[in-house]
Parts: sequence; structure tokens; C-alpha cells
Amino acid sequence: MSFGLLFFVFVLAIFLGVELISKVPSQLHTPLMSGTNAISGITIVGALIAAGSSADLLGSILGTAAVIFATINVVGGYLVTNRMLAMFKRKSGEKK
Amino acid sequence: MTATTQTLIDLGYIAASILFILGIKMLGKQERARMGNLMSALGMLIAVTAAMFECCLDFTWVITGLIIGSLIGLIAARTVKMTAMPQMVALLNGFGGIASLLVGWENYHSQPDSNFLVRVAVLLAVLIGGVAFSGSLVAYGKLAGKISGRPILIKRQALINIMILAVVLICSLYWVYEPRGIFAYLVFLFIIALSLSLGVFSVMPIGGADMPVVIALLNSYSGLAASAAGFILLNNVLIVAGSLVGASGLILTGIMCKAMNRSLGNVLFSGFAKRSGKAVATSVQGEPKPISAEDAYYVLEAAGSVVIVPGYGMAVAQAQHAVRELGEILENNGAEVRYAIHPVAGRMPGHMNVLLAEANVLYEQLAEMDDVNPIMDTVDVCIVIGANDVVNPAAREIESSPIYGMPVIDVDKAKTVIVLKRSMAAGFAGVDNPLFVRENTRMLFGDAKATVQQLVTEFKES
Repeated sequence: MSFGLLFFVFVLAIFLGVELISKVPSQLHTPLMSGTNAISGITIVGALIAAGSSADLLGSILGTAAVIFATINVVGGYLVTNRMLAMFKRKSGEKK
Repeated sequence: MTATTQTLIDLGYIAASILFILGIKMLGKQERARMGNLMSALGMLIAVTAAMFECCLDFTWVITGLIIGSLIGLIAARTVKMTAMPQMVALLNGFGGIASLLVGWENYHSQPDSNFLVRVAVLLAVLIGGVAFSGSLVAYGKLAGKISGRPILIKRQALINIMILAVVLICSLYWVYEPRGIFAYLVFLFIIALSLSLGVFSVMPIGGADMPVVIALLNSYSGLAASAAGFILLNNVLIVAGSLVGASGLILTGIMCKAMNRSLGNVLFSGFAKRSGKAVATSVQGEPKPISAEDAYYVLEAAGSVVIVPGYGMAVAQAQHAVRELGEILENNGAEVRYAIHPVAGRMPGHMNVLLAEANVLYEQLAEMDDVNPIMDTVDVCIVIGANDVVNPAAREIESSPIYGMPVIDVDKAKTVIVLKRSMAAGFAGVDNPLFVRENTRMLFGDAKATVQQLVTEFKES
């Protein structure tokens, strides 16, 4: 895929991100932040490609370290977000 | 790889991107937020699966990394306490940043002959990822209390940052044009070191109360770093997901800055030190009026509507469960109870909401500042728990105050204000608070949790 096209995608996605987020109640700021934080762990895809196709030992180590860090980000991020969201209860639900 | 496989992989990435977009959208609505998070997690699973088809000649490294990372992530997410959530989010964010940095490094290490644009992308991934990583680590240290939360001002801070940036620029120019050879490799390593130090120097001078802005901004950086990694690998899903996060982080940063009436530049570069320089003269006149827990009970017992305003002090004292209990007792006593939460109360965006939700406070009772302020003069009693600057009327009235112009919760307009406070020390910003000496204000000194429990006991015993 050409660089120009990728840049086009990048700019559109930025605008989409701005549109998506602009109206979020402040109660949800923390889960939103940790949820998007988990998404930024998408770099795991890059890490997998880096770790699996490296030419020498140092390259593999760098790639694997990237995989480890990105996986912690992804797994930890989603679980933590889920834990927080599970705590937000409404009246209609079980009122202890 | 066959053409069909490649098409399937691409379709997988598209599906993942769509799920991320829907997931983020749903995260913004309380009823569907949990579902949104699950959808985005599903998107991640699809993306990882697709990547497995194109990543590897040898799976040993990859599988090892995935298992180790998953275990650490799992254990960390299970064991972390809700009160430790700000530093947890900061830490996870830093890991995303370092991962992007390492992806860039590995790419350069394995393919030093890549084309010019890819090298620029490597550079950006390393720089942004590095700043996100070390900045997040410093933020983690401050939030976890391992480093002083006070702004640590280094002499000629701005000058140092500018010099680092200049050196980064020079090294980058050299490296982008001449990436081959040992010397270029050393320059590259030097750039990594510089980006890490830049993150440290940028976050060090920022004080605890400004942390919500910093965390939101660092969140944005780690997204942009992932996006840069996408340009290295010419991979769409990285670019889309990364830039979505980058944009959302910037929006959140903007919201936080607005809630403090400060520009991003002011938060990043000046601490509170410069601004408070001229405000020393405005010391507050008058004597605070202390109240005993017993008298506070009589005031609350008679109240028909109560607004509770929590601040970072509630988190420090871990008083959220006691506060919820008090809230329930007040409700059973016939009062209307709401919790008014300032957007920057606490140490990360939405910090107070998370703590109160953990203590089983209903979502409907958590009110935003803009909803509460207009009806504040109809409120009988306002209980301020461990909040200071976000309820300081000086922000409205005293032009020379360093926080003048910041939107605050107008608790002083309630009929009676009860302020729970450890002692008469000034708030984080070192700003005097005229609220404490108002005619309708009563100070209830002591540890927030112990005091609230005392009030609860008073109600139970009567």
C-alpha cells in the first residue's frame, strides 16, 4: 500500500476519533481512557511481525520484548476497563 | 503467502478496525460501555489472529512473548486495587509506548536499508514511544507516591527541553540521511536515550493535581506511536487504531485543560509556580469556624437536600465506602443526595467516579459540575470531602488568585457547607481558600474516613 494512501487513512481516522469522543459524560472518562489505552496496544500486531521475522538474535529479543509489553498493555487494559465498567451500576439493576 | 491468505488477513484487519470504532463509540454511553469494551477486545483478538498468519517464520519467540505478557497483564489487572487505578493506567500506557519504540528499533536493526519514509516513521515511533514510556513511568511514580507529587522544578527547565529537542533534531537529520554503519547505529541509540530523557524532563515538573491532563496526553502519545509503527510496517489497522486513540487522547486532554482554565502549554511548562508568584498578597481574612461531628450530625439530620463533593483527599483516606454509607443513611433520612464531581478532581480523568462506583454509589447520583452549579442555592448542605481547589470561590471572585477563571463547584452558594479536612493547610496549588472562612462554612477537622464514620455512627445511635 502506498505511503500517500496510508497517510490519507491516518488523517481520516484522526477526524473520526475526534467525532467519536467529543460527547462523553465525565463519569466515563476513566474507562474511556483505559479502554482506548488498551486499543493503543494494537502495536502488538507490529510487535508480532517484528518478533517473528527478525534476522538475528538481538532482533528477536527486541521483537519479543515488544510483544511482551504490548500484550501486557492489551490484556491488562481490557481487563481493567471491564472491571471498572462492571462497577457502574444503575437503579434499574440490582440495588443491593 | 497466497493471495487468498493475504486477502483474508486484510479482511481481518478491516473487521478489527470497525470493531475498534464501534467499541470507542459505545464506551461513551454508560448502558453500552461494557459491551463496547468487549467489542474492541474482540477486534484486538481478530487483529492478533490475522497477524499470526503473516508474522512468523518461527513461532517460538512470538508464543513465548504472548504467554508471558498475558500472564503479567492478567495478574496485574486482577490484583490492582481501585485506588491504585491511576498509576495502573499510567503504567499500561507506558508499556504500549515502549512496545512501539521496540518495534521501530527492531525494524531498523533488521532492515537498515529501508526507504526514507519508513526511516522517518521509525524515528517517530521511537521518539513518541520513548516519551510516552518514560513520561508514563514518571507519572506512575508520582501517582504511586514513589516520587514526590509536588512539581519538581529544575532550573532552566524550558531551556533544557529545547536543547534536548535541538539535539534530537540534529541527530535525527543525520540518521535519516545516513542510517548505515556503526556510527549511525550509535546515533540511533542516542536518539532513544534522548527521547527517554525528554519524557522524564517533561513530566517531572508537573504537579499531582495536573496529572489528569498529563495522563490523557500520554495516552494520546502512545496511540500516535502505534500509528507511527503502522507507517513502518505499512499496516492499516495499526494506523487506524493508533490515530483513533491519538485523537481521543487529545480531546480528553482538551477537556481537562478547559476544566482547569489553563492552556496545555501552561500545564506542561510552568507548574503552578510561575502563576502563583503574584498572588502571595491575597491572603484570606477571617477565622474558620470548626464544628464537632455531633453538631454536624444535627445539621445533616435536618437537611432536605445534600450534595457531596469528593476530592483527592477522599481517595487518599480511602473513604469512599464510608461516604457511600453516609449517603445511604441521609437518603433513608429523607434527604435527596447527589455527588458533584469536578472534571479534574483526583489524579486522572473521572477518578472520583470510579472510586464511588466501586463503593456501589449509583450512576445516576454522580452529577457533573455543570448540572449541580445552577441549583446550588437550593441545596441545604454541601459536604466537601478532601477537595480544595475545585471548590475555591476565589476562582470566581479574586482576580489575582492563581486559579482565577477556573470553573469550580459553587459549594459556597449552598445554605450550609461542611468541609472535611485534615488541617488548615492550603490545597495542592498552595492557594488560600476563602471558602473556609465563609459565614455559612463549618470546618470538620480530622481524617476523612474516620470523620465520615463518626457521622454514620451518630445517625445510627440516634
